[in-house]
Amino acid sequence: MNSILTDIDWKIACHISDVPANGGACVLINDEQIAIYNFERRGEWFATQNLCPHKQQMALSRGMIGTQNEEPKVACPFHKKTFSLKSGSCLSGEEFSIKTYPVKIEDDLVYIGV
Amino acid sequence: MKKSKIVVIGNGMVGYKFCEKAVNSAISEKLDIHVFGEEPRPAYDRVHLSAYFGEKTLEELTMAPLSWYNEHNINLHLGDPITVIDKEAKEITSLNGKKETYDYLVLATGSGAFVPPIEGVELNGIFVYRTIEDLDLMKEHAKKASRGVVIGGGLLGLEAAKALLDLGIKDAHVVEFAPRLMPRQIDGPGSKILEGKLKSLGITTHCSKNTARFSGGSSVTGLEFYDGQFLEADMVVISAGIKPRDELAKKIGLKTGTRGGIEVNEIMQTSSPDIFAIGECALYDSMIYGLVAPGYEMAEVALNSISKKITDDFVSKKIEFSGFDMSTKLKLIGVDVASFGNAFIEEPECQTIAYENKAKGIYKRINIDNHNKKLLGGILIGDAEQYNMLQQICVNEMPIPSDPENLILGARGGEEGGGGVMGLPDSALICSCEAVTKGDIVSQMTENGRTTLDEIKKSTKACTGCAGCTPLVKDLVNGVLKEQGVIVRNVICEHFDYTRQELLSMTKLRGLKTYDEVLESLGTGHGCETCQPAVSSILASLWNDNVLAKGRDVSQDSNDRFLANIQRGGTYSVVPRIPGGEITPEKLIVIGEVAKKYGLYTKITGGQRIDLFGAHVGDLPNIWEELINAGFESGHAYGKALRTVKSCVGTTWCRYGVQDAVSFAIEVENRYKGLRSPHKLKSAVSGCTRECAEAQSKDFGIIATETGWNLYLGGNGGSKPRHADLFATDLSSETIIKYIDRYLMFYIRTAEPLQRTATWIDKMEGGIEYLKSVVIDDVLGINEELENEMNSLVGKYKCEWKEVVETPELRKRFTHFVNAPEVKDPSIELVPMREQVKAKDWNEVAV
Ligand code: SRM
Ligand SMILES: Cc1cc2nc3c(=O)[nH]c(=O)nc-3n(C[C@H](O)[C@H](O)[C@H](O)COP(=O)(O)OP(=O)(O)OC[C@H]3O[C@@H](n4cnc5c(N)ncnc54)[C@H](O)[C@@H]3O)c2cc1C
Ligand code: SF4
Ligand code: FES
Repeated sequence: MNSILTDIDWKIACHISDVPANGGACVLINDEQIAIYNFERRGEWFATQNLCPHKQQMALSRGMIGTQNEEPKVACPFHKKTFSLKSGSCLSGEEFSIKTYPVKIEDDLVYIGV
Repeated sequence: MKKSKIVVIGNGMVGYKFCEKAVNSAISEKLDIHVFGEEPRPAYDRVHLSAYFGEKTLEELTMAPLSWYNEHNINLHLGDPITVIDKEAKEITSLNGKKETYDYLVLATGSGAFVPPIEGVELNGIFVYRTIEDLDLMKEHAKKASRGVVIGGGLLGLEAAKALLDLGIKDAHVVEFAPRLMPRQIDGPGSKILEGKLKSLGITTHCSKNTARFSGGSSVTGLEFYDGQFLEADMVVISAGIKPRDELAKKIGLKTGTRGGIEVNEIMQTSSPDIFAIGECALYDSMIYGLVAPGYEMAEVALNSISKKITDDFVSKKIEFSGFDMSTKLKLIGVDVASFGNAFIEEPECQTIAYENKAKGIYKRINIDNHNKKLLGGILIGDAEQYNMLQQICVNEMPIPSDPENLILGARGGEEGGGGVMGLPDSALICSCEAVTKGDIVSQMTENGRTTLDEIKKSTKACTGCAGCTPLVKDLVNGVLKEQGVIVRNVICEHFDYTRQELLSMTKLRGLKTYDEVLESLGTGHGCETCQPAVSSILASLWNDNVLAKGRDVSQDSNDRFLANIQRGGTYSVVPRIPGGEITPEKLIVIGEVAKKYGLYTKITGGQRIDLFGAHVGDLPNIWEELINAGFESGHAYGKALRTVKSCVGTTWCRYGVQDAVSFAIEVENRYKGLRSPHKLKSAVSGCTRECAEAQSKDFGIIATETGWNLYLGGNGGSKPRHADLFATDLSSETIIKYIDRYLMFYIRTAEPLQRTATWIDKMEGGIEYLKSVVIDDVLGINEELENEMNSLVGKYKCEWKEVVETPELRKRFTHFVNAPEVKDPSIELVPMREQVKAKDWNEVAV
């Protein structure tokens, strides 16, 4: 290995209008379900795995987003476990965490780094 | 510095607690801890073992993950029981041949199930109920079994019987040797009431039955009793008591009790000074304490004894064990059962007061000393709301009212007879699992500034064991705040420093129409899953605009966002409105055809309508389109809104009916459909006093009289049922609608988020009488306003599913993958059940 920096492999996920403002939507990339969130109130985009580790439900994209002391988070619609959209760690005191992905917007398209 | 080496034998609840206390103590740096456990997994919450059949996974039951032991440098050896102790060499040997020397040895071997030597006990299908392995075996066998029998009608036996029901066994039986159930906790009359309650749950009880042998070839087929009777069974759980695991101790000659148990003194020392025993294997003062709380206390005492030896100092105040209050409250069976203090003492040694209500299945008994000064103990069955307070009054010897019967018959709530939780002495033990006293909590609040329930839970660990003390801790926190002059305002969350009532009036005043507008002008930060649905509900109650339009969708609770309830596996349920429960054959056929076409499971609900489960999110608009074309509308089963108005047939068909209940129910349902409120609203109309529509359990219930209708308000089913209060009698149809309009608008204006009308009235100062003065006598002068508001809301009603079906942008949102709209969520797995489908059990889904 000659470089520590590896290039992110950006994949087109969807059009920005596919994701509701201040909400989430799910995309299928390489057979993986990824939740994308358009946190318009903060002017930020986030992406995480769609699977909630609590009861293995494909549901996080349908959860509500918000903040806890400035930390952006998503709440699973099933039992309201909450996860940081930045680090993926569980904010409601559970051991498990979720994967997060980098997101960039170019020409009204949403790209995810996988 | 040389560390002292401690070997703990047994990694159960108490063994674990010993480790936890040790690594959090002042001497943690001086200890080198080695733990040997016989079970293949780290310690788990045995007290909530039954939850393994229901809501909890093994992970959630685990006390601490393996990484925790690593982080704290505890050497944990699992699946490797200790077989040899060499007292002289101070060395142990495990089954796998591991050897370890020790400075101090802690025996936390717990107990096993006691299995009486009944003939045939080795047959297949006979189980004990103690470990995860036992449960896995039971789960497997239960698939083929239809009748299950539990031997033993004690606390654990009843829990095991409930577990059989949870496993899908329809016909559960409990066999008890003694003449009554729970012989150590409750008396004969109490047992009778309990037996009736259990019967209604599907558990049949047989007392005074002694099992002679189990019959069967390879697998058990039944029980033969000494009285010659026979009970068929294809599964048996033995719960006849516990047997302390003292076999190692016996081998090396430690003193043990004649009926088992390792003898310890008040500092948890066995007859060998460097060996300690704690938890369910320890025999203190001729007694085995089969509960977790005393075990935890023993763990702390043993740690202090070891600390004293190492550093000549203690790590905490609990330095001696002196017995433990064995009051108990049965959890999870669906019937309240509790006993405290000396439950069995009888006249003439005391005065007993008993209250029995066979119809309601309630039995309460308290024992008062002959001077009328002290509460000695008691039993509560069917309603144990007063348990926490009574147990506190009893243990702390607090003064009792001069009419002691008020203790059990007094007004509802925890305030009566002794001034509530604030009247307790500082030493009162509030959380017995974690040994937290009232003084501990008060000082956390006054000295360390921890003022919320969550902070208190974190800092004291109160409520984290069995959680039975949570209501008491809540009251205490509020009580202390009140004493400090802090007004307890139930503000919404960190983003809104207002109560719901304040937020509603300001939103209305400023004419705010979306969540973002409300957040911008009244809140801070970026919102969360608590304030978004609360605000959305307020907006819907104020303006009744479409909940999905104008970016409102994302601030709805997920169920409102998709206009359907999300269920196991990620599919949704579909509930069309069927006003009053009346439906034509044509419409029934449409429901059937839609269900067939989309592969949905159908069920008649408790609300007199039909629920279709298992719909993919992408199918929802098509399903609704077909239903709407056939004349159906949304049933709002997903919303905090009007649900159903149940009816009975009334004069339409019933020979007793005195009014047309069906027509009136339909009228009421159609008037309030779509009305959004702080919590859901339910109603019912009965055609005569026989009350077949169960109107008295509804938020507003209507019962026909010869001359009109009686109105009942504030009823509730659910986990804490409340009978509705009679509000007004013999009203005309017009007047009753007026009253309901006012009542509902007043509720919408003033209730807290997710507060049903029942709690709203219970918390209202002046209660139902005050409500009458507002709604009937108009003391606030707002009735005209309330009626106008309601008229405007109901005038704006539109079926929100119809709007979605007809609006392409809204319809587009109903898809699982936005980049592949035609693909359905592949993770959804439906499995056959009877002639339909159901979601795969989420504890079994592998990922
Ligand atoms: C389908 C049904 C059970 C059934 O198979 O019969 C049902 C199913 C649910 N009930 Fe219920 N309840 C159903 C009748 C009842 C009744 C009986 C009744 O309405 O006559 C009660 C007790 C009466 C009462 O509410 O006072 C009832 C008390 C509850 C409660 C406890 C409310 C309380 O105040 O304690 C909840 C939880 C909650 O709302 O927070 C609940 C919540 C739920 C939820 C919404 C839980 C959830 O979020 O998934 C279930 C949704 C099912 C779905 O996806 O459609 N359900 N539920 C019944 C639907 C009736 C209907 O046609 O709308
Ligand atoms: C279904 C059920 C419900 C219950 N409900 C309640 C309740 O509501 N409230 C309450 O207070 N209590 C309840 N209890 C009792 C409570 O679980 C026990 O009091 C508690 O678990 C005792 O803890 P312990 O650590 O002493 O024993 P255990 O939890 O039994 O742990 C002892 C451990 O030591 C291991 N062991 C034994 N011998 C050896 C050896 N030689 N070498 C290595 N390891 C060994 C055992 O395998 C076991 O893992 C319930 C119990 C059950 C089974
Ligand atoms: S009682 Fe109601 S909430 Fe509970 S499982 Fe049944 S339907 Fe669901
Ligand atoms: S499945 Fe997500 S919180 Fe339970």
